[in-house]
Amino acid sequence: MAASLRAWLVDDSPSSRLQARLGRAWRIAGALSRNPLAVVGTVIILALVLTAIFAPLLATHDPLKQDLTQRLLAPSAANWMGTDELGRDIWSRVVYGARITLVIVTMVAVLAAPAGLIIGALAGYFGGWPDRILMGITDIFLSLPKLILALALVAALGPGIENAVIAIAITTWPGYARIARAETLTFKNSEFISAIRLQGASSLRVVLGHVLPLCTSSMIVRVTLDMAGIILTAAGLGFIGLGAQPPLPEWGAMIARGRSFILDQWWVATMPGFAIIVVSLGFCFLGDGLRDVLDPKSGEQH
Amino acid sequence: MQGTGKTSVAFEPDTAAGAVLAGTAKAVGSGRHKRFLLGLAGFIFTLAFTFLGLLAITFFIGRVVPIDPVLAVVGDRAPKAVYEAARIELGLDKPLIVQFFNYIGSVLRGDLGMSVSTGKLVADDLKRVFPATLEMATIGIIIGVLLGVPMGVYAASRQGSLVDQAIRVVGLLGYAVPAFWLGLVGLALFYAQLKWVGGPGRVDIFYDGLVQPVTGLILIDSLIAGERDIFFNALWHLALPASVLGFFSLAYIARMTRSFMLDQMAQEYVTTARVKGVPERLVIWRHAFRPILVPLITVIGLSYAGLLEGSVMIETIFSWPGIGNYLTTALLNADMNAVLGATLVIGAVFIGINKLSDVLYRVLDPRAR
Repeated sequence: MAASLRAWLVDDSPSSRLQARLGRAWRIAGALSRNPLAVVGTVIILALVLTAIFAPLLATHDPLKQDLTQRLLAPSAANWMGTDELGRDIWSRVVYGARITLVIVTMVAVLAAPAGLIIGALAGYFGGWPDRILMGITDIFLSLPKLILALALVAALGPGIENAVIAIAITTWPGYARIARAETLTFKNSEFISAIRLQGASSLRVVLGHVLPLCTSSMIVRVTLDMAGIILTAAGLGFIGLGAQPPLPEWGAMIARGRSFILDQWWVATMPGFAIIVVSLGFCFLGDGLRDVLDPKSGEQH
Repeated sequence: MQGTGKTSVAFEPDTAAGAVLAGTAKAVGSGRHKRFLLGLAGFIFTLAFTFLGLLAITFFIGRVVPIDPVLAVVGDRAPKAVYEAARIELGLDKPLIVQFFNYIGSVLRGDLGMSVSTGKLVADDLKRVFPATLEMATIGIIIGVLLGVPMGVYAASRQGSLVDQAIRVVGLLGYAVPAFWLGLVGLALFYAQLKWVGGPGRVDIFYDGLVQPVTGLILIDSLIAGERDIFFNALWHLALPASVLGFFSLAYIARMTRSFMLDQMAQEYVTTARVKGVPERLVIWRHAFRPILVPLITVIGLSYAGLLEGSVMIETIFSWPGIGNYLTTALLNADMNAVLGATLVIGAVFIGINKLSDVLYRVLDPRAR
């Protein structure tokens, strides 16, 4: 049974679209599993998602419940990562913080990737003036310092998670637009696109139905690699006090609160930092592995 | 090389501008002189265009702010006539495009408005705080280059070894560690526990304000004044924040150096040199390393610009009186003139260094001419 399923998956002449897609997924998963760092990355991201889903089960305390008799306790069997200045359990807050981080990175990806994809594909497909104008704007955004731009945007929009997501998305899309444009240019004059156009397909149909799907794999690689940067920016905004607002257990904001106690109660600021590092590294590892599998020409050959 | 995907973000604006330049140069293509002038014109055009874009963005952000600039001047209990007069005086009754040109004009005159929180001109504030950031970032990039380049070369020459793996992980940590967290942990460990470095601030409190600012760079000013104690005290205070910045620059530079070196060492001329019997050390430093000097300049330039930006996150931690501290204070006070002024200055320096390293690359690399 397992053997025949495997044979069906790796069949060189798939008889249906589903079989072809599943077969491709199988091959990618196989290639990833041979890359140890990619496996570590996948495990970390899975752990993040599971932690976010099952936060109420994993948390040992209520993340928002204050208990001033229990403030600033060192890590122990009862409080695995210690407690903060309001007596809240840091482990439980870190666990719930996974939800906030996951929401932020997902929202940024959902906003920025399609926007960049469409802008880049349109610019590449039509060329000429639309290309020059769209890419001129893209290049301006690309040459500005991202973090500063995000800070100024949040200052204007007002603090909060939603505005932080919008600001980060505004600084992220240009990278995707560049990739989509470059990919579109390589496909634009190929024969299969000409064939579709000769069949009478409209430009919109060619771009949406045939050009965009071809850009997705390099896009997935890029988005995964960008995730670490997005997490760091979001945490930075939280640290400055412009991201998630109290009492939300956002990791960057938690580090900010631990600042005053860093010399004596080091765990308050240090623990959420470890969470940020582990998750960011996970995305880096996975992104690297995905690039080697999906987009080998842009990565290292070594 | 690991993490190319992200680093290439920073490269893209330059390659884009480069493509434009190469295009204009090729189209005319007669005579070296003419090509150079056209290239220069194209460069100035893209630079001006990018600066204009930066101004448009800061202008736009200034308009989106829900704070009414008129109310900030007259107060919210002013009668309607006073409000209207102030509105007209500020030029806010004119069409947006006229306001934008007025804004460009005032920025070009060096007028960035008044800071609500310091009560001084934003331009004067920025002039005062910028040297502190520059000093920290410069020491940071020196640390990054001095350690990062040899690490990258060594990793490439021992590809796959344990040391190589360790250097790759350091490189990735540069993407995963929040700068402000590293600063805090550094303070707790190296200042509070080990007492190896000075604490927050540029000098100890009793030295504060003793040196007359000439350049604003305290290391140089203290030398000019002949105050050796203050010089060493400042160095002691600078060590930790500059090392934190240096770590991020080191991670990036080591990763790029490693990848450039691996590319070179796969070239046939390197094999030829080895076959000829050139000692491995010479193969690495003379044959493989020399050609990567040119792309390395671009990497170092980008890293330097990145450090100026990165200082924003760590200056508050070290109570460093630089532009980052100024910006974050302004952010929390909703002091928009100061926020936009600082954004404009950091953005302009960032763009300037970016484009400059791009030009250097073009001038130094014969293939790019």
